[in-house]
Amino acid sequence: MRDELLSILEKNSRIDFKELAVLLGVTEEQVLEEISKLEKENIICAYHTLINWEKTDIEKVSALIEVKVTPQRGQGFDRIAERIYNYPEVKSVYLISGGYDLLVTLEEKSLKEIAAFVSDKLSTLDSVLSTATHFILKKYKDHGTIINKAAKDEREVITP
Amino acid sequence: MKNFLSQRVVDIKPSGIRKFFDIVSEMKDAISLGVGEPDFDTPWFIRDEGIYSLEKGKTFYTSNAGLKALREEISAYIKRTQGVDYSPDDEIVVTVGGSEAIDIGLRAVIDAGDEVIIPQPSYVSYEPCATLAGAKTVIINLQAQNEFKLQPQELLNAITDKTKVLILPYPNNPTGAILERENLEKIAQIVKEKDILVMSDEIYSELTYKDKHVSIASLDGMKERTILINGFSKAYAMTGWRLGYACGPAPIIAQMTKIHQFAIMCAPTTSQYAAVQALKKGDEEVAKMRSSYNQRRRFLMEAFKEMGLECFEPYGAFYVFPCIKEFNMTSEEFATRLLMEEKVAVVPGTAFGDCAEGYLRISYAYSLDNLKIALSRIKNFVQRLRNEN
Repeated sequence: MRDELLSILEKNSRIDFKELAVLLGVTEEQVLEEISKLEKENIICAYHTLINWEKTDIEKVSALIEVKVTPQRGQGFDRIAERIYNYPEVKSVYLISGGYDLLVTLEEKSLKEIAAFVSDKLSTLDSVLSTATHFILKKYKDHGTIINKAAKDEREVITP
Repeated sequence: MKNFLSQRVVDIKPSGIRKFFDIVSEMKDAISLGVGEPDFDTPWFIRDEGIYSLEKGKTFYTSNAGLKALREEISAYIKRTQGVDYSPDDEIVVTVGGSEAIDIGLRAVIDAGDEVIIPQPSYVSYEPCATLAGAKTVIINLQAQNEFKLQPQELLNAITDKTKVLILPYPNNPTGAILERENLEKIAQIVKEKDILVMSDEIYSELTYKDKHVSIASLDGMKERTILINGFSKAYAMTGWRLGYACGPAPIIAQMTKIHQFAIMCAPTTSQYAAVQALKKGDEEVAKMRSSYNQRRRFLMEAFKEMGLECFEPYGAFYVFPCIKEFNMTSEEFATRLLMEEKVAVVPGTAFGDCAEGYLRISYAYSLDNLKIALSRIKNFVQRLRNEN
Protein backbone atom coordinates (compact mmCIF):
# COMPACT_ATOMS: atom_id res chain seq x y z
CA MET A 1 0.00 0.00 0.00
CA ARG A 2 2.83 2.38 0.87
CA ASP A 3 4.22 2.78 -2.65
CA GLU A 4 0.81 3.26 -4.19
CA LEU A 5 -0.20 5.70 -1.45
CA LEU A 6 2.92 7.78 -2.00
CA SER A 7 2.47 7.91 -5.73
CA ILE A 8 -1.13 9.13 -5.33
CA LEU A 9 -0.16 11.75 -2.74
CA GLU A 10 2.76 12.95 -4.79
CA LYS A 11 0.30 13.95 -7.49
CA ASN A 12 -2.57 15.06 -5.28
CA SER A 13 -1.90 15.89 -1.66
CA ARG A 14 -5.39 17.31 -1.18
CA ILE A 15 -7.12 13.98 -1.60
CA ASP A 16 -9.13 13.02 1.50
CA PHE A 17 -8.69 9.89 3.59
CA LYS A 18 -12.03 8.46 2.60
CA GLU A 19 -11.21 8.60 -1.10
CA LEU A 20 -7.72 7.25 -0.52
CA ALA A 21 -9.22 4.31 1.34
CA VAL A 22 -11.53 3.56 -1.61
CA LEU A 23 -8.78 3.86 -4.21
CA LEU A 24 -6.41 1.64 -2.27
CA GLY A 25 -9.02 -0.87 -1.16
CA VAL A 26 -8.23 -0.44 2.57
CA THR A 27 -9.95 1.23 5.54
CA GLU A 28 -9.70 4.93 6.39
CA GLU A 29 -7.99 4.03 9.67
CA GLN A 30 -5.27 2.17 7.78
CA VAL A 31 -4.72 5.15 5.52
CA LEU A 32 -4.54 7.52 8.47
CA GLU A 33 -2.09 5.29 10.28
CA GLU A 34 0.16 4.85 7.26
CA ILE A 35 0.24 8.57 6.52
CA SER A 36 1.14 9.50 10.06
CA LYS A 37 3.92 6.91 9.97
CA LEU A 38 5.20 8.37 6.72
CA GLU A 39 5.15 11.84 8.23
CA LYS A 40 6.96 10.70 11.38
CA GLU A 41 9.60 8.94 9.35
CA ASN A 42 10.02 12.15 7.37
CA ILE A 43 9.27 10.31 4.17
CA ILE A 44 6.44 12.75 3.60
CA CYS A 45 8.22 16.04 4.33
CA ALA A 46 5.63 18.62 3.34
CA TYR A 47 2.52 19.21 1.25
CA HIS A 48 3.00 21.83 -1.45
CA THR A 49 0.98 23.48 -4.16
CA LEU A 50 2.35 23.92 -7.65
CA ILE A 51 1.53 27.47 -8.71
CA ASN A 52 1.93 28.94 -12.14
CA TRP A 53 3.04 32.41 -10.97
CA GLU A 54 3.22 33.65 -14.51
CA LYS A 55 -0.54 33.83 -14.59
CA THR A 56 -0.74 36.03 -11.49
CA ASP A 57 0.12 39.72 -11.05
CA ILE A 58 2.89 38.80 -8.67
CA GLU A 59 6.34 39.29 -10.09
CA LYS A 60 8.73 36.40 -9.54
CA VAL A 61 12.12 35.75 -11.01
CA SER A 62 13.81 32.39 -10.58
CA ALA A 63 17.41 31.45 -11.10
CA LEU A 64 19.53 28.33 -10.92
CA ILE A 65 22.95 29.02 -9.45
CA GLU A 66 25.83 26.62 -9.85
CA VAL A 67 28.14 27.01 -6.87
CA LYS A 68 31.66 25.69 -6.48
CA VAL A 69 32.75 25.43 -2.86
CA THR A 70 35.60 24.13 -0.74
CA PRO A 71 34.30 21.33 1.46
CA GLN A 72 35.09 21.84 5.12
CA ARG A 73 37.08 19.44 7.20
CA GLY A 74 34.88 17.04 9.15
CA GLN A 75 31.67 18.41 7.73
CA GLY A 76 32.04 17.99 4.00
CA PHE A 77 29.44 20.02 2.14
CA ASP A 78 26.76 19.91 4.83
CA ARG A 79 27.80 23.02 6.71
CA ILE A 80 28.07 25.27 3.68
CA ALA A 81 24.82 23.84 2.30
CA GLU A 82 23.14 24.75 5.57
CA ARG A 83 24.47 28.30 5.45
CA ILE A 84 22.90 28.64 2.03
CA TYR A 85 19.57 26.89 2.57
CA ASN A 86 18.80 28.96 5.65
CA TYR A 87 18.11 31.98 3.45
CA PRO A 88 14.33 31.95 2.91
CA GLU A 89 14.66 33.13 -0.70
CA VAL A 90 16.56 29.93 -1.47
CA LYS A 91 14.01 27.37 -2.69
CA SER A 92 16.24 24.35 -3.05
CA VAL A 93 19.82 23.26 -2.56
CA TYR A 94 21.19 20.08 -4.12
CA LEU A 95 24.63 18.56 -3.90
CA ILE A 96 25.58 17.72 -7.48
CA SER A 97 28.12 15.41 -9.06
CA GLY A 98 30.18 16.79 -11.93
CA GLY A 99 31.54 20.22 -12.79
CA TYR A 100 30.30 22.08 -9.71
CA ASP A 101 29.15 21.21 -6.19
CA LEU A 102 25.86 22.82 -5.22
CA LEU A 103 22.87 23.71 -7.31
CA VAL A 104 20.87 26.48 -5.65
CA THR A 105 17.40 27.52 -6.79
CA LEU A 106 16.49 31.05 -5.94
CA GLU A 107 13.21 32.91 -6.18
CA GLU A 108 13.04 36.69 -5.90
CA LYS A 109 10.90 39.61 -6.98
CA SER A 110 13.34 40.93 -9.52
CA LEU A 111 16.52 40.31 -11.41
CA LYS A 112 18.20 42.98 -9.31
CA GLU A 113 17.43 41.18 -6.08
CA ILE A 114 18.87 37.95 -7.42
CA ALA A 115 22.02 39.78 -8.48
CA ALA A 116 22.23 41.28 -5.02
CA PHE A 117 21.84 37.91 -3.34
CA VAL A 118 24.59 36.36 -5.42
CA SER A 119 27.06 39.19 -5.02
CA ASP A 120 26.35 40.16 -1.40
CA LYS A 121 25.38 36.94 0.30
CA LEU A 122 26.47 33.93 -1.70
CA SER A 123 29.83 34.96 -3.16
CA THR A 124 31.02 36.44 0.10
CA LEU A 125 30.78 33.14 1.95
CA ASP A 126 34.30 31.95 2.76
CA SER A 127 34.09 28.52 1.19
CA VAL A 128 32.36 29.66 -2.00
CA LEU A 129 34.90 29.65 -4.82
CA SER A 130 32.73 30.65 -7.75
CA THR A 131 29.12 30.95 -8.92
CA ALA A 132 27.35 30.80 -12.27
CA THR A 133 23.80 32.16 -12.38
CA HIS A 134 21.19 30.99 -14.91
CA PHE A 135 17.85 32.77 -15.08
CA ILE A 136 14.76 30.73 -15.77
CA LEU A 137 12.91 32.14 -18.77
CA LYS A 138 9.95 29.79 -18.91
CA LYS A 139 8.76 26.72 -17.04
CA TYR A 140 7.40 24.00 -19.28
CA LYS A 141 7.15 21.20 -16.77
CA ASP A 142 7.59 21.24 -13.01
CA HIS A 143 7.28 18.41 -10.49
CA GLY A 144 6.07 16.10 -13.24
CA THR A 145 3.28 18.45 -14.25
CA ILE A 146 3.17 20.04 -17.68
CA ILE A 147 2.47 23.71 -16.93
CA ASN A 148 0.23 24.94 -19.71
CA LYS A 149 -1.32 21.75 -20.92
CA ALA A 150 -5.03 21.79 -21.56
CA ALA A 151 -6.07 18.17 -21.26
CA LYS A 152 -8.12 17.23 -24.28
CA ASP A 153 -9.62 13.83 -24.89
CA GLU A 154 -9.07 13.06 -28.54
CA ARG A 155 -10.64 9.67 -28.51
CA GLU A 156 -13.82 8.85 -30.38
CA VAL A 157 -16.66 9.25 -27.87
CA ILE A 158 -17.84 5.65 -28.11
CA THR A 159 -15.84 2.66 -29.28
CA PRO A 160 -16.41 -1.07 -28.86
CA MET B 1 -28.78 -1.60 -62.39
CA LYS B 2 -28.68 -4.82 -60.43
CA ASN B 3 -28.09 -5.01 -56.70
CA PHE B 4 -24.37 -5.54 -56.29
CA LEU B 5 -24.35 -6.11 -52.57
CA SER B 6 -23.41 -9.40 -51.00
CA GLN B 7 -26.43 -10.77 -49.19
CA ARG B 8 -24.15 -12.36 -46.64
CA VAL B 9 -22.80 -8.95 -45.68
CA VAL B 10 -26.14 -7.17 -45.88
CA ASP B 11 -27.57 -9.71 -43.47
CA ILE B 12 -25.01 -8.86 -40.81
CA LYS B 13 -26.55 -6.66 -38.15
CA PRO B 14 -24.69 -3.34 -37.86
CA SER B 15 -22.90 -2.77 -34.55
CA GLY B 16 -25.27 -1.62 -31.81
CA ILE B 17 -22.67 0.91 -30.80
CA ARG B 18 -22.92 2.86 -34.02
CA LYS B 19 -26.41 4.24 -33.49
CA PHE B 20 -25.52 5.49 -30.05
CA PHE B 21 -22.29 6.98 -31.28
CA ASP B 22 -24.18 9.19 -33.71
CA ILE B 23 -26.32 10.66 -30.94
CA VAL B 24 -23.43 11.23 -28.55
CA SER B 25 -21.21 12.92 -31.10
CA GLU B 26 -23.93 15.53 -31.63
CA MET B 27 -23.89 16.51 -27.95
CA LYS B 28 -21.15 18.95 -27.20
CA ASP B 29 -20.97 18.83 -23.40
CA ALA B 30 -21.68 15.16 -22.80
CA ILE B 31 -19.28 13.16 -20.67
CA SER B 32 -18.60 9.85 -22.29
CA LEU B 33 -17.89 6.66 -20.37
CA GLY B 34 -18.29 4.74 -23.57
CA VAL B 35 -14.76 4.40 -24.79
CA GLY B 36 -13.13 1.01 -25.24
CA GLU B 37 -9.55 2.23 -25.26
CA PRO B 38 -7.05 3.49 -22.67
CA ASP B 39 -7.04 7.18 -21.78
CA PHE B 40 -3.26 7.16 -21.40
CA ASP B 41 -1.03 8.29 -24.21
CA THR B 42 1.32 5.63 -25.51
CA PRO B 43 4.36 5.76 -23.18
CA TRP B 44 6.89 8.19 -24.58
CA PHE B 45 9.76 5.73 -25.02
CA ILE B 46 7.55 3.66 -27.30
CA ARG B 47 6.50 6.66 -29.39
CA ASP B 48 10.11 7.76 -29.49
CA GLU B 49 11.13 4.42 -30.95
CA GLY B 50 8.48 4.78 -33.64
CA ILE B 51 9.80 8.23 -34.51
CA TYR B 52 13.38 6.95 -34.50
CA SER B 53 12.50 4.13 -36.87
CA LEU B 54 11.02 6.69 -39.27
CA GLU B 55 14.12 8.86 -39.02
CA LYS B 56 16.25 5.90 -39.91
CA GLY B 57 14.08 5.24 -42.96
CA LYS B 58 12.54 2.01 -41.71
CA THR B 59 9.59 2.54 -44.00
CA PHE B 60 9.41 -0.68 -45.99
CA TYR B 61 7.29 -3.81 -45.71
CA THR B 62 8.42 -6.27 -43.09
CA SER B 63 8.20 -10.02 -43.62
CA ASN B 64 4.59 -11.21 -43.77
CA ALA B 65 4.61 -12.74 -40.33
CA GLY B 66 6.17 -9.59 -38.85
CA LEU B 67 9.65 -8.40 -37.88
CA LYS B 68 11.77 -11.26 -36.63
CA ALA B 69 12.87 -9.15 -33.65
CA LEU B 70 9.27 -8.54 -32.71
CA ARG B 71 8.29 -12.19 -33.00
CA GLU B 72 11.24 -13.05 -30.77
CA GLU B 73 10.10 -10.51 -28.17
CA ILE B 74 6.54 -11.83 -28.33
CA SER B 75 7.86 -15.34 -27.87
CA ALA B 76 9.92 -14.25 -24.85
CA TYR B 77 6.98 -12.35 -23.41
CA ILE B 78 4.57 -15.31 -23.60
CA LYS B 79 7.29 -17.50 -22.15
CA ARG B 80 7.86 -15.24 -19.16
CA THR B 81 4.20 -14.49 -18.48
CA GLN B 82 2.59 -17.85 -19.30
CA GLY B 83 5.48 -20.30 -19.43
CA VAL B 84 4.50 -21.39 -22.94
CA ASP B 85 7.06 -21.75 -25.73
CA TYR B 86 6.08 -20.40 -29.13
CA SER B 87 8.66 -20.54 -31.87
CA PRO B 88 9.22 -17.11 -33.44
CA ASP B 89 9.80 -18.92 -36.74
CA ASP B 90 6.45 -20.55 -37.38
CA GLU B 91 4.12 -20.20 -34.40
CA ILE B 92 3.58 -16.42 -34.29
CA VAL B 93 2.04 -13.97 -36.76
CA VAL B 94 1.93 -10.22 -36.19
CA THR B 95 -1.42 -8.71 -37.23
CA VAL B 96 -3.19 -5.41 -37.65
CA GLY B 97 -4.61 -5.35 -34.15
CA GLY B 98 -6.12 -8.28 -32.31
CA SER B 99 -9.14 -7.76 -34.57
CA GLU B 100 -7.33 -9.01 -37.66
CA ALA B 101 -6.08 -12.03 -35.74
CA ILE B 102 -9.68 -12.91 -34.86
CA ASP B 103 -10.72 -12.58 -38.49
CA ILE B 104 -7.91 -14.54 -40.12
CA GLY B 105 -7.85 -17.08 -37.31
CA LEU B 106 -11.47 -17.96 -37.94
CA ARG B 107 -11.06 -17.91 -41.70
CA ALA B 108 -8.07 -20.24 -41.44
CA VAL B 109 -10.00 -22.98 -39.64
CA ILE B 110 -13.66 -22.68 -40.65
CA ASP B 111 -15.34 -24.66 -43.40
CA ALA B 112 -18.95 -24.03 -44.38
CA GLY B 113 -21.28 -25.39 -41.74
CA ASP B 114 -18.74 -25.60 -38.93
CA GLU B 115 -20.04 -24.28 -35.66
CA VAL B 116 -18.33 -21.59 -33.61
CA ILE B 117 -19.36 -21.19 -30.00
CA ILE B 118 -19.41 -17.58 -28.81
CA PRO B 119 -20.08 -16.76 -25.17
CA GLN B 120 -21.86 -13.42 -24.82
CA PRO B 121 -21.81 -10.64 -23.69
CA SER B 122 -18.56 -10.21 -25.56
CA TYR B 123 -16.70 -8.09 -28.06
CA VAL B 124 -18.72 -7.14 -31.11
CA SER B 125 -16.65 -8.70 -33.86
CA TYR B 126 -16.61 -12.43 -33.07
CA GLU B 127 -20.06 -13.11 -34.43
CA PRO B 128 -19.76 -11.22 -37.74
CA CYS B 129 -16.23 -12.56 -38.36
CA ALA B 130 -17.40 -16.12 -37.78
CA THR B 131 -20.40 -15.57 -40.03
CA LEU B 132 -18.24 -14.09 -42.79
CA ALA B 133 -15.95 -17.08 -42.51
CA GLY B 134 -18.96 -19.28 -43.27
CA ALA B 135 -19.54 -20.62 -39.78
CA LYS B 136 -22.79 -21.17 -37.97
CA THR B 137 -22.58 -19.28 -34.70
CA VAL B 138 -23.81 -20.80 -31.46
CA ILE B 139 -24.26 -18.25 -28.70
CA ILE B 140 -23.89 -19.03 -25.01
CA ASN B 141 -25.74 -16.54 -22.84
CA LEU B 142 -23.47 -16.01 -19.86
CA GLN B 143 -25.18 -15.43 -16.53
CA ALA B 144 -24.69 -12.58 -14.11
CA GLN B 145 -25.07 -14.92 -11.12
CA ASN B 146 -21.94 -16.74 -12.36
CA GLU B 147 -20.14 -13.41 -12.67
CA PHE B 148 -20.32 -13.94 -16.44
CA LYS B 149 -17.85 -16.81 -16.24
CA LEU B 150 -18.32 -19.56 -18.79
CA GLN B 151 -19.70 -22.61 -16.98
CA PRO B 152 -18.70 -26.15 -18.01
CA GLN B 153 -22.35 -27.18 -18.31
CA GLU B 154 -23.13 -24.21 -20.56
CA LEU B 155 -20.30 -25.26 -22.81
CA LEU B 156 -21.40 -28.90 -22.89
CA ASN B 157 -24.93 -27.84 -23.84
CA ALA B 158 -23.63 -25.81 -26.76
CA ILE B 159 -21.39 -28.47 -28.25
CA THR B 160 -22.62 -30.53 -31.20
CA ASP B 161 -20.92 -32.84 -33.71
CA LYS B 162 -20.24 -29.79 -35.84
CA THR B 163 -18.56 -27.67 -33.20
CA LYS B 164 -15.10 -26.64 -34.31
CA VAL B 165 -14.12 -23.55 -32.36
CA LEU B 166 -14.82 -22.11 -28.93
CA ILE B 167 -14.09 -18.41 -28.57
CA LEU B 168 -12.86 -17.64 -25.10
CA PRO B 169 -13.06 -13.88 -24.49
CA TYR B 170 -11.38 -13.31 -21.11
CA PRO B 171 -10.59 -10.92 -19.46
CA ASN B 172 -13.88 -9.86 -20.91
CA ASN B 173 -15.07 -6.78 -22.68
CA PRO B 174 -17.78 -5.64 -21.74
CA THR B 175 -18.29 -7.36 -18.37
CA GLY B 176 -14.79 -7.17 -16.90
CA ALA B 177 -15.11 -10.84 -15.94
CA ILE B 178 -12.05 -13.07 -15.75
CA LEU B 179 -11.57 -16.82 -15.79
CA GLU B 180 -9.25 -18.26 -13.19
CA ARG B 181 -7.14 -21.38 -13.42
CA GLU B 182 -9.75 -23.64 -11.83
CA ASN B 183 -12.41 -22.43 -14.30
CA LEU B 184 -10.05 -22.85 -17.23
CA GLU B 185 -9.08 -26.37 -16.20
CA LYS B 186 -12.68 -27.55 -16.39
CA ILE B 187 -13.16 -25.93 -19.77
CA ALA B 188 -9.90 -27.37 -21.07
CA GLN B 189 -11.03 -30.84 -20.02
CA ILE B 190 -14.22 -30.57 -22.08
CA VAL B 191 -12.44 -29.01 -25.03
CA LYS B 192 -9.96 -31.88 -25.15
CA GLU B 193 -12.61 -34.56 -24.76
CA LYS B 194 -14.76 -33.06 -27.49
CA ASP B 195 -11.77 -32.26 -29.71
CA ILE B 196 -12.43 -28.55 -30.16
CA LEU B 197 -10.11 -25.67 -30.99
CA VAL B 198 -10.03 -22.65 -28.68
CA MET B 199 -9.58 -19.09 -29.87
CA SER B 200 -8.52 -17.31 -26.70
CA ASP B 201 -8.75 -13.53 -27.00
CA GLU B 202 -6.42 -12.26 -24.28
CA ILE B 203 -6.11 -8.64 -25.37
CA TYR B 204 -6.81 -7.48 -21.78
CA SER B 205 -4.40 -9.99 -20.21
CA GLU B 206 -2.24 -7.30 -18.59
CA LEU B 207 -5.25 -5.66 -16.99
CA THR B 208 -6.33 -7.96 -14.19
CA TYR B 209 -6.74 -6.90 -10.59
CA LYS B 210 -6.71 -10.16 -8.68
CA ASP B 211 -4.24 -12.84 -9.65
CA LYS B 212 -2.17 -12.63 -12.80
CA HIS B 213 -3.91 -13.68 -15.96
CA VAL B 214 -3.67 -17.37 -16.86
CA SER B 215 -3.83 -18.36 -20.51
CA ILE B 216 -5.67 -21.54 -21.39
CA ALA B 217 -2.76 -22.29 -23.73
CA SER B 218 -0.58 -22.83 -20.65
CA LEU B 219 -2.68 -25.78 -19.47
CA ASP B 220 -1.65 -29.31 -20.17
CA GLY B 221 -2.36 -30.41 -23.75
CA MET B 222 -3.90 -27.06 -24.70
CA LYS B 223 -1.14 -25.35 -26.65
CA GLU B 224 -1.80 -27.58 -29.66
CA ARG B 225 -5.50 -26.68 -29.70
CA THR B 226 -5.40 -22.97 -28.92
CA ILE B 227 -5.04 -19.85 -31.00
CA LEU B 228 -3.86 -17.27 -28.50
CA ILE B 229 -4.66 -13.71 -29.51
CA ASN B 230 -3.14 -10.67 -27.89
CA GLY B 231 -1.87 -7.24 -28.88
CA PHE B 232 -0.50 -3.91 -27.84
CA SER B 233 -3.63 -1.75 -27.75
CA LYS B 234 -4.78 -2.21 -24.19
CA ALA B 235 -1.62 -3.02 -22.22
CA TYR B 236 0.57 -0.34 -23.80
CA ALA B 237 -2.14 2.15 -24.72
CA MET B 238 -1.36 1.70 -28.43
CA THR B 239 -4.81 1.43 -30.01
CA GLY B 240 -4.08 3.70 -32.96
CA TRP B 241 -0.91 1.80 -33.85
CA ARG B 242 -3.06 -1.17 -34.89
CA LEU B 243 -0.86 -3.99 -33.75
CA GLY B 244 -1.72 -7.41 -32.44
CA TYR B 245 -0.59 -10.99 -32.84
CA ALA B 246 -1.64 -14.60 -32.79
CA CYS B 247 0.30 -17.55 -31.43
CA GLY B 248 -0.69 -21.09 -32.21
CA PRO B 249 0.15 -24.43 -33.75
CA ALA B 250 2.40 -24.00 -36.80
CA PRO B 251 -0.08 -25.44 -39.36
CA ILE B 252 -2.76 -22.95 -38.27
CA ILE B 253 -0.37 -20.00 -38.12
CA ALA B 254 0.83 -20.92 -41.63
CA GLN B 255 -2.71 -20.69 -43.02
CA MET B 256 -3.39 -17.48 -41.11
CA THR B 257 -0.19 -16.00 -42.45
CA LYS B 258 -1.28 -16.95 -45.96
CA ILE B 259 -4.51 -14.94 -45.64
CA HIS B 260 -2.63 -12.12 -43.92
CA GLN B 261 -0.07 -12.08 -46.74
CA PHE B 262 -2.71 -11.77 -49.45
CA ALA B 263 -5.10 -9.45 -47.64
CA ILE B 264 -2.78 -7.21 -45.63
CA MET B 265 0.84 -7.96 -46.61
CA CYS B 266 2.24 -7.02 -43.22
CA ALA B 267 1.36 -5.07 -40.09
CA PRO B 268 2.50 -1.39 -40.02
CA THR B 269 6.30 -1.26 -39.90
CA THR B 270 6.59 1.78 -37.61
CA SER B 271 4.27 0.14 -35.11
CA GLN B 272 6.29 -3.05 -35.16
CA TYR B 273 9.54 -1.27 -34.32
CA ALA B 274 7.84 0.61 -31.51
CA ALA B 275 6.31 -2.61 -30.20
CA VAL B 276 9.71 -4.26 -29.84
CA GLN B 277 10.59 -1.58 -27.28
CA ALA B 278 7.19 -1.90 -25.62
CA LEU B 279 7.84 -5.56 -24.87
CA LYS B 280 11.46 -4.97 -23.90
CA LYS B 281 10.99 -2.07 -21.52
CA GLY B 282 7.28 -1.65 -20.96
CA ASP B 283 6.64 -3.63 -17.76
CA GLU B 284 6.98 -0.67 -15.43
CA GLU B 285 4.66 1.56 -17.45
CA VAL B 286 2.12 -1.22 -17.71
CA ALA B 287 2.24 -1.68 -13.93
CA LYS B 288 1.64 2.05 -13.41
CA MET B 289 -1.37 2.07 -15.71
CA ARG B 290 -2.71 -1.10 -14.13
CA SER B 291 -2.55 0.48 -10.71
CA SER B 292 -4.39 3.59 -11.95
CA TYR B 293 -7.12 1.47 -13.50
CA ASN B 294 -7.41 -0.50 -10.30
CA GLN B 295 -7.91 2.67 -8.24
CA ARG B 296 -10.65 3.82 -10.56
CA ARG B 297 -12.24 0.39 -10.52
CA ARG B 298 -12.43 0.53 -6.74
CA PHE B 299 -13.81 4.05 -6.92
CA LEU B 300 -16.61 2.96 -9.26
CA MET B 301 -17.50 -0.11 -7.22
CA GLU B 302 -17.80 2.08 -4.13
CA ALA B 303 -19.91 4.63 -6.01
CA PHE B 304 -22.32 1.93 -7.21
CA LYS B 305 -22.51 0.49 -3.73
CA GLU B 306 -23.47 3.90 -2.38
CA MET B 307 -26.10 4.26 -5.09
CA GLY B 308 -27.41 0.81 -4.31
CA LEU B 309 -26.92 -0.20 -7.93
CA GLU B 310 -26.31 -3.91 -8.33
CA CYS B 311 -22.91 -4.69 -9.84
CA PHE B 312 -20.71 -7.75 -9.55
CA GLU B 313 -17.06 -7.00 -8.91
CA PRO B 314 -15.11 -7.24 -12.16
CA TYR B 315 -11.43 -8.19 -11.94
CA GLY B 316 -10.34 -7.54 -15.50
CA ALA B 317 -10.21 -5.10 -18.44
CA PHE B 318 -11.41 -1.54 -17.68
CA TYR B 319 -15.16 -1.94 -17.55
CA VAL B 320 -17.84 -2.34 -14.94
CA PHE B 321 -21.16 -3.85 -15.90
CA PRO B 322 -23.90 -2.69 -13.55
CA CYS B 323 -27.42 -4.11 -13.63
CA ILE B 324 -30.32 -1.71 -14.19
CA LYS B 325 -33.17 -4.21 -14.21
CA GLU B 326 -34.77 -2.59 -11.16
CA PHE B 327 -35.87 0.35 -13.33
CA ASN B 328 -37.93 -1.74 -15.76
CA MET B 329 -36.35 -0.18 -18.82
CA THR B 330 -34.32 -1.63 -21.61
CA SER B 331 -30.59 -0.89 -21.56
CA GLU B 332 -31.07 1.31 -24.57
CA GLU B 333 -33.88 3.33 -22.98
CA PHE B 334 -31.82 3.79 -19.84
CA ALA B 335 -28.72 4.81 -21.74
CA THR B 336 -30.66 7.20 -23.96
CA ARG B 337 -32.38 8.91 -21.05
CA LEU B 338 -29.13 9.10 -19.10
CA LEU B 339 -27.56 10.80 -22.05
CA MET B 340 -30.43 13.22 -22.66
CA GLU B 341 -31.10 14.09 -19.03
CA GLU B 342 -27.66 14.00 -17.46
CA LYS B 343 -25.39 14.12 -20.49
CA VAL B 344 -23.48 10.98 -19.61
CA ALA B 345 -22.86 8.42 -22.33
CA VAL B 346 -22.59 4.74 -21.48
CA VAL B 347 -22.99 1.76 -23.78
CA PRO B 348 -26.15 -0.38 -23.52
CA GLY B 349 -25.20 -3.97 -22.67
CA THR B 350 -27.19 -5.19 -25.66
CA ALA B 351 -24.47 -3.89 -27.99
CA PHE B 352 -22.53 -6.96 -26.82
CA GLY B 353 -25.24 -9.59 -27.10
CA ASP B 354 -28.99 -9.88 -26.56
CA CYS B 355 -28.48 -11.56 -23.22
CA ALA B 356 -26.92 -8.36 -21.85
CA GLU B 357 -30.33 -6.69 -21.73
CA GLY B 358 -30.62 -4.93 -18.38
CA TYR B 359 -26.92 -4.10 -18.14
CA LEU B 360 -24.67 -1.19 -19.06
CA ARG B 361 -21.03 -1.10 -19.95
CA ILE B 362 -19.23 1.67 -18.14
CA SER B 363 -15.61 2.25 -19.02
CA TYR B 364 -13.14 3.51 -16.45
CA ALA B 365 -10.51 4.48 -18.97
CA TYR B 366 -11.01 8.06 -17.78
CA SER B 367 -9.38 10.32 -15.24
CA LEU B 368 -10.75 10.16 -11.70
CA ASP B 369 -11.95 13.76 -12.00
CA ASN B 370 -14.00 12.80 -15.03
CA LEU B 371 -15.37 9.71 -13.35
CA LYS B 372 -16.39 11.71 -10.29
CA ILE B 373 -18.49 14.14 -12.30
CA ALA B 374 -20.03 11.36 -14.37
CA LEU B 375 -20.85 9.22 -11.36
CA SER B 376 -22.50 12.07 -9.48
CA ARG B 377 -24.69 12.62 -12.53
CA ILE B 378 -25.55 8.94 -12.70
CA LYS B 379 -26.42 9.10 -9.02
CA ASN B 380 -28.84 11.98 -9.65
CA PHE B 381 -30.40 10.07 -12.49
CA VAL B 382 -30.84 6.88 -10.50
CA GLN B 383 -32.41 8.79 -7.61
CA ARG B 384 -34.80 10.53 -9.96
CA LEU B 385 -35.84 7.23 -11.52
CA ARG B 386 -36.45 5.70 -8.13
CA ASN B 387 -38.63 8.67 -7.13
CA GLU B 388 -40.64 8.31 -10.32
CA ASN B 389 -41.56 4.74 -9.49
